[in-house]
Amino acid sequence: MTSPTAITPAVLDLPALVRLVEGPGHGAVVAFLGLVRDHNVGRRVTHLVYEAYDALALKALDRIVHEAADKWPSVRMAVHHRTGRLEIGEASVAIVTASAHRADAFSASRYAIERIKQIVPIWKHEFFEGGDAWIEGATADPDNVEARDHAMRIACA
Amino acid sequence: MRVTVRLFARLRDLAGAGELSREVPPESTVDAVWALLVRDYPAFEAYRQSLSCAVNAEYARFHTTIADGDEVAFLPPVSGG
Repeated sequence: MTSPTAITPAVLDLPALVRLVEGPGHGAVVAFLGLVRDHNVGRRVTHLVYEAYDALALKALDRIVHEAADKWPSVRMAVHHRTGRLEIGEASVAIVTASAHRADAFSASRYAIERIKQIVPIWKHEFFEGGDAWIEGATADPDNVEARDHAMRIACA
Repeated sequence: MRVTVRLFARLRDLAGAGELSREVPPESTVDAVWALLVRDYPAFEAYRQSLSCAVNAEYARFHTTIADGDEVAFLPPVSGG
């Protein structure tokens, strides 16, 4: 049984997420995949290892789904994030949204990925030609209203 | 009282362990646990301003009071997606 949110070492199953959120009243499904890229800030990336604080990361994903539901009540959303070693081209995150009309599904999808980068305790360990580095982005604070508003502005642009 | 400390990403590398145990006085805060870690791992000092923390897998603040048996986690800036 597919859950709407997951932190998992398993390969992400996009069709299963689409089946989970689609319904007869939904005229639009937006599927977003984040993939491991072969370059970053001038470095030739060989692979990534994702580390998560699983228990809190899952709660943070659930929080994002609830935030999106507050803003777009008709949108159904599923978000799965992968952990462990990922090769170039593999999907690290899958976000699938469904709504009656396309605008809300696109907005909710964009909101979710922006919020993931802000508040979900997951870290990329980047391995590249000549070394490795922990990637550090946002200081996670779910109660930071400015960050949330920023994500919302991007989603609604 | 005794708490479990969880460390992630760069902090885990610096400490050489993802899970530690520490003894702290009753009614201690997250900050008191952090102070113990900085004493053991001086390289941690530079991270304080950019860290988040969690108690029992819920986001918390450094002034949050902790209890015996709690799990206290220190989280470098996140980079999922």
